Amino acid sequence: MSWEPRPTPEITPETERYWSAAADGTLLVRECTDCGLVYHYPRALCPDCFSDDVEWKEASGEGTVYSYSATQSMSGWPEEDLPLVLAYVELEEGPRVMTNLECDPEDVEIGTRVTVRFKAVEDADAAVPVFVPRE
Amino acid sequence: MRDAYLVGAGQSEYGAFPEESYRSLFRTAFEAATDSVPRGIEASDVDEAFIGTLGVGGRQLGLSGPAVTEHVGLGGVPCTRVENACAASGFATRQAVQAVKSGMADVALAGGFEIMSDMSSDATKYWLGVSGETEWERLSGTTFSGVYAQMASVHMEKYGTTREHLSQVAVKNHANGAKNPHAQLGFECSLEDAQSAPVVADPLNLYHCCPTSDGAACALIVSEDVVDEYTDDPIRVAGVGASSDTVGLFQRDSYTGVPASQRAGEQAYEMAGVEPDDLDFAEVHDCFAIAELLAYEDLGFCEQGEAGDLIDSGATELGGDLPVNTSGGLKSKGHPIGATGAGQVVEAFKQLSGKAGDRQVENPTRGLTHNVGGSGGASVVHIFEKDAETEVSA
Repeated sequence: MSWEPRPTPEITPETERYWSAAADGTLLVRECTDCGLVYHYPRALCPDCFSDDVEWKEASGEGTVYSYSATQSMSGWPEEDLPLVLAYVELEEGPRVMTNLECDPEDVEIGTRVTVRFKAVEDADAAVPVFVPRE
Repeated sequence: MRDAYLVGAGQSEYGAFPEESYRSLFRTAFEAATDSVPRGIEASDVDEAFIGTLGVGGRQLGLSGPAVTEHVGLGGVPCTRVENACAASGFATRQAVQAVKSGMADVALAGGFEIMSDMSSDATKYWLGVSGETEWERLSGTTFSGVYAQMASVHMEKYGTTREHLSQVAVKNHANGAKNPHAQLGFECSLEDAQSAPVVADPLNLYHCCPTSDGAACALIVSEDVVDEYTDDPIRVAGVGASSDTVGLFQRDSYTGVPASQRAGEQAYEMAGVEPDDLDFAEVHDCFAIAELLAYEDLGFCEQGEAGDLIDSGATELGGDLPVNTSGGLKSKGHPIGATGAGQVVEAFKQLSGKAGDRQVENPTRGLTHNVGGSGGASVVHIFEKDAETEVSA
């Protein structure tokens, strides 16, 4: 995986729709019709009850910071995207995602409410979800 | 099942060794292990071998087990490479114990090695990252320091754990490592040094992170049927526990503990029939300072959320109630990924044999080793104890 520029997602048949929806500005999660679990990462079987009766669900794109860490330098990472803020964001729908916060680390704390944005990826029908503090 | 015993263990120095190869380091570790067996052991006694290595650099990614066992005169012996990231040779040790307890082997070798120092920092980052959640977590530019930093952030927020607690882990482990001739960073550091180091991934700074290392380690596990041929002072493998979990942290309920370690610890205590209070020392997986604090809680050395108080109390220092990482731990002794778990067994063997030199725990009966892969996708715990008869005669 190259970090120059940002990493490109690995697109598989199971995740293609997730990435193309992101390119269209929509964050998708998966929902199990049998047990009701909403989950990430997207896969064809519910990770709890293993039902294959699962659907795509449009997430609101809102969430809160569950944890975060900031780093001032990251070899290979685009200079203009530093400092790099890593975060686990808990989506309103329940699942957590590992993501980046596009903001000054000083403006973040655990519990900060955030909204999704999408970073375009070159040469692929995909975009990477990142988050910014809610206005 | 019959009992398994640890009769010998040894390691190479950990560090950066441009003059060595993975095979030569492994030979050093194997010879140190065979030399440590009180009544001696021959290579021809070994029935089976399990070798842990991640394969950093990809140099002999396939068949890397036989590549080193053949080099030390074990050609023909069944050999399996065990890969579980940083827990590779902890799991190799478990495999050796299983082979012996099952009756399929009387003498099993558990070893591990890694060469990490001959690559660029970008290549090292890549090879460390292959054990992360490559599809969904690395996409964000995550490294292990970034993942553990976020475990630390949650622990600090929830329990009031501080940067100073993290630094105390470094100070303690360096103090121990300074007494270990095999340690890579065998020097003491002050709390001020540890507190003022450059930030790697906030809240973790350089002194809260272990180094990358070259090194190898080996342990010899034998059955109760043959143990008397090798020693008068048997060290029994009293407990073994292991578990796995999601590779990515994002799928776990809690970040303030490592569930795989909790399960592995519970299994090992139950099998050994002991409680954490019965331990005389422990080697835990301190890849980052927060990982040692989480291990205190996951392994029951203290209650959830009280690891900061435990390190404050001095109980885990050499001379305390439960010395942790007397070897210096991954922080000071070093972390050659595939060798680390077997290297912890080396320290347990030295402590229980009374051969730990200046860092010797006083008359220990029982010690624990704890080896974690990634951010807790795999974890393995062993409890070693001197046989009761040995205690009486001592």
